[in-house]
Amino acid sequence: MQDQPSAIELVEAVTEFIRNHAMPQLQGHAAFHARVAANALDIVKREMEIGPEAAAGELARLRALLARDGTMEELNRELCVRIEKGELTLDTPGLKDHLWETTLTKVAIDQPKYSGYRRALEESGQGK
Amino acid sequence: MGAEANPIAAPLAEVARKHIDGATGIAGLKRLSGGASQEIWSFDATTSDGAVPLILRRAPGGVRDTGRSGTAVALETEAELIRLAGAAGVPVPPVRHVLTEEDGIGQGFVMDRIPGETLARKILRDEEFAEARPKLARQCGEVIARLHKIDKATLPQLRVATGKDEVEQYFQTYKQLDYPHPVFELAFRWLRDNAPPDTAELTLVHGDFRNGNLMIGPDGLRAVLDWEIAHVGDPMADLSWICINPWRFGNIDMPVGGFGTREDLFEGYEAGGGDKVDPARVKFWEVLGTLKWGVMCMGMASAFLQGDRSVERATIGRRSSETEVDLMRLLAPLKGTE
Repeated sequence: MQDQPSAIELVEAVTEFIRNHAMPQLQGHAAFHARVAANALDIVKREMEIGPEAAAGELARLRALLARDGTMEELNRELCVRIEKGELTLDTPGLKDHLWETTLTKVAIDQPKYSGYRRALEESGQGK
Repeated sequence: MGAEANPIAAPLAEVARKHIDGATGIAGLKRLSGGASQEIWSFDATTSDGAVPLILRRAPGGVRDTGRSGTAVALETEAELIRLAGAAGVPVPPVRHVLTEEDGIGQGFVMDRIPGETLARKILRDEEFAEARPKLARQCGEVIARLHKIDKATLPQLRVATGKDEVEQYFQTYKQLDYPHPVFELAFRWLRDNAPPDTAELTLVHGDFRNGNLMIGPDGLRAVLDWEIAHVGDPMADLSWICINPWRFGNIDMPVGGFGTREDLFEGYEAGGGDKVDPARVKFWEVLGTLKWGVMCMGMASAFLQGDRSVERATIGRRSSETEVDLMRLLAPLKGTE
């Protein structure tokens, strides 16, 4: 067990440093890139918070859909092949739900402010 | 960099003296950002009657870049298309001069610098554009109709790409990037199953008609810029690309560039002489456009992993998932929307 602060707390501290202390002293391109860097750390933090449980769920759904075991990447590659061949379609039980759940989790990590994501949450009944 | 230190300053001043009435030299030469495959320079020709605001679009370093995207037209072709579009009533910056070898600054052309704004966030939010916004979608429709009506016999040599061609082109790019995206596979499959018939009449297509390439003033649309990926294709492509969600900049209920409705866009298109809009073909192109942006995001991730260590590029790579949400909303809606 690592000592405190946690990795998430460290990432938060670095993000705050960039936003509140470094950025105000920067101009032009450097200020822009500092903002981008802080946004990238937000992604890291959300992935650390949401990622592990979401990945376990995604892997379980992939195993059920494809009726086999494998790594996350192997199973996603096989899912791609079977969708391309038309063996799995939106009418296949579980596929639409799997793709929606996986997609919503990905954007929850990458960009939870995205308009399409917020609207999809409303449409799924999870909207705030 | 001062104008004196810039190696293109002296030859460009000579171009101005030869081709701009009354010009004695140039001032205010500066490189504008944007344009990975082109350099864009802003400058004024100085005359006794005042400054003439101009833009130079030039191949990087003056020479045609062999890494230039395979879909981009040559700068001379772009200049010719802008002239044809202007003659057809499309608002464009008049081309003043196409560079020749004797000008000594490589390939490119000089055109007027039209005042206005291209940044979507300002156009969609600033008070200055409040009166323009409700008019823009209709204006876009009218202007797109005019460019589609340009007689194909008068066009320079251009790439021809049908819907099916573009699906296969992006599928190849996606496969080369070699990272699994089940939602993109679903979209490619849907596009193959729903491609419009090849009998659809092909026209000149701008190819990148969207926020960022439209110069907007308080009075509305002033100029259509950036004709470098113009080609011959399905006219519905231009009516869809401006409607994909990334170009709405958060205004999700204003499908046309975040400022207008499809009804206004299509009305303008038909009033401007365009053919009757086919909603099924528009949807095909909206799915394809969304997917294209997603594949471009994957390309950013790939460039980052291959050594371009820009954090900006890396984070754009993480925007593929936004297009996956958009594709899922188009292809597998949770409610009966869109």
